[in-house]
Amino acid sequence: MNISTRARLAGVLALGVVATGSLSACSTPSDGESANSEYTFWDPYPQYDETSEWAKVIDACAEEAGVTISRTAFDTSDLTSKALLAGQQGNSPDILLIDNPVISTLAEAGLLTTAEENGLDVSEIEENLISAGQTDGDTFGVPIGANTLALYYNPEVLEAAGVDIAEVTDWESLTAALEKVVAAGKSGITFSGIGTEEGSFQFLPWYWGSGAELTDLASEEALSALTLWTDWVNKGLAPNSVIGNTQTTSWEEFLTGEFAFAENGTWQKASAAEQGFEVIPIPAADGGAAPAPTGGEFLSIPVQSDDARYEASAQIISCLTSTDNLVETDNSLNYIAPTAAAQQEQLDADPTLAPWVDAVGSAQGRTGDDLGTDYPIISEQLWTAVQNALTGAQSPADALADAQTQAEEGLE
Amino acid sequence: MTVTQVRTEPTSRGEQVGAAQSAAPTPRRRPSHRARSALVAWAFVAPVVVYLALFYAFPLIRNIELSVRDYTVRSFIDGTAPFVGIDNYLAVFRDATFGPALLNTAAFTVLSIVFQFAIGLALAVFFFRRFPLSATLRALFLVPWLLPLLVSASTWSWMLNSESGVVNAFLEAVGAGQINWLTSPQFSLISVLIANIWIGVPFNLVILYSGLQSIPEEVYEAASLDGANGWQKFWRITFPLLRPVAAITLLLGLVYTLKVFDIIWIMTRGGPAESSTTFAIWSYRLGFGSTLPDFSPAAAVGNLLIVLAFVFGLLYIRMQRRLDPS
Repeated sequence: MNISTRARLAGVLALGVVATGSLSACSTPSDGESANSEYTFWDPYPQYDETSEWAKVIDACAEEAGVTISRTAFDTSDLTSKALLAGQQGNSPDILLIDNPVISTLAEAGLLTTAEENGLDVSEIEENLISAGQTDGDTFGVPIGANTLALYYNPEVLEAAGVDIAEVTDWESLTAALEKVVAAGKSGITFSGIGTEEGSFQFLPWYWGSGAELTDLASEEALSALTLWTDWVNKGLAPNSVIGNTQTTSWEEFLTGEFAFAENGTWQKASAAEQGFEVIPIPAADGGAAPAPTGGEFLSIPVQSDDARYEASAQIISCLTSTDNLVETDNSLNYIAPTAAAQQEQLDADPTLAPWVDAVGSAQGRTGDDLGTDYPIISEQLWTAVQNALTGAQSPADALADAQTQAEEGLE
Repeated sequence: MTVTQVRTEPTSRGEQVGAAQSAAPTPRRRPSHRARSALVAWAFVAPVVVYLALFYAFPLIRNIELSVRDYTVRSFIDGTAPFVGIDNYLAVFRDATFGPALLNTAAFTVLSIVFQFAIGLALAVFFFRRFPLSATLRALFLVPWLLPLLVSASTWSWMLNSESGVVNAFLEAVGAGQINWLTSPQFSLISVLIANIWIGVPFNLVILYSGLQSIPEEVYEAASLDGANGWQKFWRITFPLLRPVAAITLLLGLVYTLKVFDIIWIMTRGGPAESSTTFAIWSYRLGFGSTLPDFSPAAAVGNLLIVLAFVFGLLYIRMQRRLDPS
């Protein structure tokens, strides 16, 4: 008797818990709709906790706009799917800071507001840097900063091999330098040719430097770029490990001091300075600096059901991208600022940034040229072709021809 | 709203029940009493049913729904994806990746299980003869199982690195020359297999070891009296009596191995040139590998994996029925 009463009570309780649980789950979104001065902010910087300068800058900007901020930091690779899911469920954050190639995907999904809708002023931003956030004349966000790739070199290794860095101006002279270094018993160049977006990112300066366009993967110029990389690996001028290297493992190889050159990004400049490594722009096929792809995150304002929220969000973003804040943020992130004024301030404080400011100036967005969401499809074929050629599974010409066919199929 | 009603109703009835029972229950009330106990029974089942529906049925149905519609990023958000039937499955079958991925999945699964089981069984039998330090050594064999997969996979990819890996350093020291373990299409699958076998051995060891303990000692004694040698004891006693445990070990091993993702992703990203791409890797690459997710084919590949595991689960149940005549 006692037991059965207790059991019944437990059953009733269990039902009650389930019922209230589902009820409260239903009621949450409607609570969020009401005028709420707490703004949500998502970024891919989990390395900065709430005591960091970055978090403090955001809080200060929110205070200026008269609201409070609740910030959540995600892992970069996690943020795209999180943002898509949140969009699907109608609870996108008020402000989203996300890797620049993702902007076109989210814009395509209809999740982001244009500068026209949210009233953001984007006129100060350098044109080549904002292009990654533009589709069909609409601007979907502003860069918080930019990074790009360049060619680091180890002066000690070059000196020992008798290579004068001033003579390295195009592909031919670079390959000649690599041969000299290898003949002197050291290793030539390391980069990241991994089968992910990172691999495409690293290959693009050579690809664009040959004069090739992303719309035609099977062009003569594209072939010359892939042949350059493949020959390096086949002749032992680049180690076999580049096929699986991420940019981090490639940098670790360079840090051993065995390598003459490494293709890597702005974010390694502090580490390079410590080791005495120096940097030149990546040469184009026939000399001059090759256009490298821009990296870095964009601040964007996702669509909300209550469009009165855009005003404060835009205010917070303008504050975050004011010259003072940009300089401070980009210095701590190892980025180059996206506006001329902020770049000048960075240069005044640290003249060694000059090659990087130049590199960022000649860089271009991967999703620019109105490629938008075509870029991820093309890029996947590009890194596949690179992998196939470097491993010897296919000749560079066959790999690129296949890639072009697959890309065309994917774009249909 | 309906849920709220369900909640209030049993509460009020519960009070009535309490009142009715403290008074002398009359025989006339029996039928309604039975109805009430049915309700109480359902109340007990409800949490499990709700849990299963929320965390098993719903994701599964959603995954099937994803795979029979054509989802783009836009239609994923606004929910207007058109119904395309089995088109996504057909596209997956026709894809150039399908053949290699199927072969890789089969080779990876079969070889992993065969080696894991054989090594695990050999070690279990070895440790079953208790000797000094056997418990300590057995515990050490569990280390691969205790390490986070991220750590094991990263360590393996370090050791197998072409230029600076310890394995190649050893091979070069004995004059065998460099093998591009992770970066050549011929070796990448072998490399991830070696790592996966190493990780799976302890699981087989533990389960088979406990299976050995359940075999009665008298059977071995009787066999010894009849003059059976060690080899005969293993094949005539240990192996047949271990069959039920072996079956479940193999089935669990199969399900675990079919879905292995972390080790391959960390060590080779499924490459180079798709040489170590399994269905699990392929599904992930389609859904999350680029900045433009392709949810529908990714879900289709995922469902194929579920069907595969399900088929083997059914096989296991059939086999168990045949083994167990009762």
